[in-house]
Amino acid sequence: MVKQHSYWQLFSAVFSKDLKLAFRQRAEIVNPILFFLIVITLFPLAIGPEPGLLARMAPGIIWVAALLSTMLGLDKLFRDDYHDGTLEQLIASSYPLPLTVLAKVAAHWVITGLPLVLMTPVFALLLNLESSALLATVLTLLLGTPLLSFIGAIGAGLTVGLQKGGILMSLLVLPLYIPVLIFATSAIDTSSMELAYSGQLAILGAMLIVAILAAPIAISSALKVSVS
Amino acid sequence: MQFDSFADFIAMGGYGFYVWLSFGSCALILLGILVSSLNDTKRIFSSVKQQAQREERIKKAKQEAGQ
Amino acid sequence: MWKWLHPYAKADRAYQLCNTLLPYFAVVTVVCMIVGWVWGLAYAPADYQQKDSYRIIFIHVPSAILSMGAYSSMAIAAVIALVWQLRNAELAVIAIAPVGACVTAIALITGAAWGKPMWGAWWVWDARLTSELILLFLYLGVLSLYHAFEDKKAAGRAACILAIVGVINLPIIHFSVEWWNTLHQGATITKFDTKAIDPSMFWPLMVNIVAFAAFVGTVTLIRLKNEILQREKHRPWVRQMLERG
Repeated sequence: MVKQHSYWQLFSAVFSKDLKLAFRQRAEIVNPILFFLIVITLFPLAIGPEPGLLARMAPGIIWVAALLSTMLGLDKLFRDDYHDGTLEQLIASSYPLPLTVLAKVAAHWVITGLPLVLMTPVFALLLNLESSALLATVLTLLLGTPLLSFIGAIGAGLTVGLQKGGILMSLLVLPLYIPVLIFATSAIDTSSMELAYSGQLAILGAMLIVAILAAPIAISSALKVSVS
Repeated sequence: MQFDSFADFIAMGGYGFYVWLSFGSCALILLGILVSSLNDTKRIFSSVKQQAQREERIKKAKQEAGQ
Repeated sequence: MWKWLHPYAKADRAYQLCNTLLPYFAVVTVVCMIVGWVWGLAYAPADYQQKDSYRIIFIHVPSAILSMGAYSSMAIAAVIALVWQLRNAELAVIAIAPVGACVTAIALITGAAWGKPMWGAWWVWDARLTSELILLFLYLGVLSLYHAFEDKKAAGRAACILAIVGVINLPIIHFSVEWWNTLHQGATITKFDTKAIDPSMFWPLMVNIVAFAAFVGTVTLIRLKNEILQREKHRPWVRQMLERG
């Protein structure tokens, strides 16, 4: 008889394993941030360095860059586990798959989303974002990037078994990101006009709660399809 | 009938290009999907028939070889 | 009702059902399409504001309605396929998706062609048009996911999951786009006031909606038949059916 571990032990085991793996190959953490930084550098070069224009476009630039850089890590989310058979073991185990998936997505967010949130002040400086909008940017990223990880993981789960899954996954996932983009950028816009933006944050929070509850189920059924 | 002549009908009160563009592309797309679906049916039918004939031939050849 | 429905889980019975339904759908399509187009193009009175350009409504509105309708029926089929493990429902998802994508494309093209004379631009980031565009992306996502899998069994289930995820997101996307639109557009231009549409325009519109619905039904049935045959082509009943006729 194998000793049964509690659900919390399972969650933390999967979570810390993924973090450890990511920290061992630092590229996984550094690359999305570098990518984000480069995309943000490209915009002033493309549209001109005029401070007013940049400040006006900053919410859009930051969020589009955030969408793209979370896409980078998603491809890897289940791929390694799929190739070395870990995923099969996880599915076959007696533990609930949605919980394992939840741990993996949480680890993915800590690796790709959280650094973005922490680096926001730097990006805000580069884009000449007003200080009143800085807090809003941080808050929307804090609520929005986990949402991106959850929604994206559904696409990653569906395409993990495919040879050329990467581009297809972006095609599946990006349309689903649109509501997040709309509410997040509008929150930042509103805050730069010194108006209350709690409504948009509340909607983002509501979407995040729904995603935490529903997405792991969708992701695990997607993984089952991909593995079988 | 809302139009006095056929030319009037084609002109659509000056909006002919847009109206006929819409209706034309609509007809084209609808016909396109219909025809391609029907073609698929034909293709599947013939492939099933071919397969059946092939198996028939293989059976015959085996019988002849057995004799 | 379940007892009545149950036999149709079998492929050959489902195929026969498609065959019996097909002529009715086809007849309704042909009749309504001809009546609707002739009525809409030639006999319905011109709009007092938009003149004859409003006649695009007779294909734009039906295709927009059907693009949403087809997506929801696809999602319902997907739920049935996953919950009751019915392969036929899975095939129905795959059968509807291309038809829905075509209807969505028509809604976009006619919307653009109507927008040019009315708004002065082929494309305006209007809430309805933007939602239609995203809907097209969702359809294309389901289709390309299905075609990316080599194992068609897994492909069908993956497409079902994506269709369900999409239908949950669709209302959120729709309302967020609508809200975004009112935020960014000073003067919203509504295409047609819903308050009162004259009966002389309403009835041809209804006929056209029925025509489009019947068309979607017809082509879906044809494609569903194809999918069933494709999957079952090694089964004896397919051979027997073909030999008979």
